Amino acid sequence: MSDDEARLPASYLRPGSSSFNDFLRAERPELVPSARPVPVGERLEAPHGTTIVALQYAGGVLVAGDRRATMGNLIASHSIQKVFLADDWSAVGIAGTAGVAIELVRLFQVELEHYEKIEGAMLSLRGKANRLASMIRGNLGMALQGLAVVPLFAGYDLDDATGRIYSYDVTGGCYEERDYHAVGSGSLFARGALKKLWRPELTTAEAVRTVLEALYDAADDDSATGGPDLGRRIWPTVALLDGEGARMVPDAEIEDLVEQVVAGRREAARR
Amino acid sequence: MSMPFYVSPEQLMKDRADYARKGIARGRAVVVLAYDGGIAFVAENPSRALHKISEIYDRIAFAAVGKYNEFENLRVAGVRYADLRGYSYDRSDVTARGLANAYAQTLGTIFTQESKPYEVEIVVAQIGETADQDQIYRLMYDGSVADERGFVAMGGGAERITTGLKQGWRPGLDLGAVLRLAVGQLGDDGDAGRELSADQLEVAVLDRHRQRRTFRRVSGGLLEALLSTDDPTHDVPPDDEGPVEPGSPPTAEAPET
Repeated sequence: MSDDEARLPASYLRPGSSSFNDFLRAERPELVPSARPVPVGERLEAPHGTTIVALQYAGGVLVAGDRRATMGNLIASHSIQKVFLADDWSAVGIAGTAGVAIELVRLFQVELEHYEKIEGAMLSLRGKANRLASMIRGNLGMALQGLAVVPLFAGYDLDDATGRIYSYDVTGGCYEERDYHAVGSGSLFARGALKKLWRPELTTAEAVRTVLEALYDAADDDSATGGPDLGRRIWPTVALLDGEGARMVPDAEIEDLVEQVVAGRREAARR
Repeated sequence: MSMPFYVSPEQLMKDRADYARKGIARGRAVVVLAYDGGIAFVAENPSRALHKISEIYDRIAFAAVGKYNEFENLRVAGVRYADLRGYSYDRSDVTARGLANAYAQTLGTIFTQESKPYEVEIVVAQIGETADQDQIYRLMYDGSVADERGFVAMGGGAERITTGLKQGWRPGLDLGAVLRLAVGQLGDDGDAGRELSADQLEVAVLDRHRQRRTFRRVSGGLLEALLSTDDPTHDVPPDDEGPVEPGSPPTAEAPET
């Protein structure tokens, strides 16, 4: 029988689904976060990620996040990363239970790559947004136990050369947002800042500066959002999505812009 | 009442092997060969939708000849195997050796146990940090594996092409040179010899200079430039992401066997 153990199982050879999520659920359900049973009635204390902001600018869209994770009144991490590139043309930022969210993002990244390899073509941007929605929907049971994940998804739509933003609720509802959006505990303050600062004709550099201002305001009023950490040199993460594809803004560039933001605030306080 | 004939196991295996070999020899050939910056895959394949060459994982690719539906099943299984392994362990834990082993066991079991053997021959190749660490595994219809160095030809006329490659191939050739060599051999069918143009070819590379996903299809103007002796282009541009593959549905073109 050793032959049969080493060979590829028959289910691998079966034609059909090009979804990795569906394949994993059938083959190895213990690896799918939403297929795992959650003890009822208990509420866990687990690290939570906080504020994610996305905005459109001339030529594309960006996603940015602060670096703090909290657990009750404690800071669980000063340097957690909450913005990830999903594939060559899209990125996802996550608010909510950090452990579950990061696992979901990893699964989502493999899902997109798997589809591309099996089908020989990429999913449409709307298709990617809907795949993510169905993964969030599967997580509803965990959300009821206090382990909710709320992503913000953005990508560059190759069909009409536009950057688009999609937001989600815990039930898996998927909504296309115009102009800008924010999720997580500091999102109200970030959105308030963007209401005053955002313009449709922002250049790439101005857009990054604007999102850093918004995150600064969120950190100012929300204890769960981390401000720029000048001492340890930990900066927010920003992903750009435009005609050149998806990429993270290098730390050195963020550092320069953060210093400008902080200098501007200091100037304003002195007056 | 008919009497069941006794067929010796030797005869049974020989019949199956002959059957599979005939099926494979009917199709057009695929050539896999190493160059200074990676591994190149060249197939004569006019279809844009039905591929004989595919990406499996970051540094691993797949090429096949024979019956389309059978090697397509194996390809999909390979992608599932690789993605599952990479997801549950780490991306660096997915290896061509592991995949070749799984394919060998699968083909071996099908050859002896199913009512008909798969009429396929496949190559699983992986690029390493340097050309010395490149791995090319060739898998036969009966599950036997060969660890090849430098180049492999399979499908119709494979022996003749292998002889030609033996004379023309040496380590350290650039991409343009290996593609011209491979295309020359694919077009040379004994007497007349055909000139194969870029749109009759399916070409892909595993490019050592790329990060993470190293697989890249080469077609259109870039392929023409690489095949031309006058054009100075001799490798895939490093920063070139390549054309986004259109999501066109498979056309009515019959899968070539």
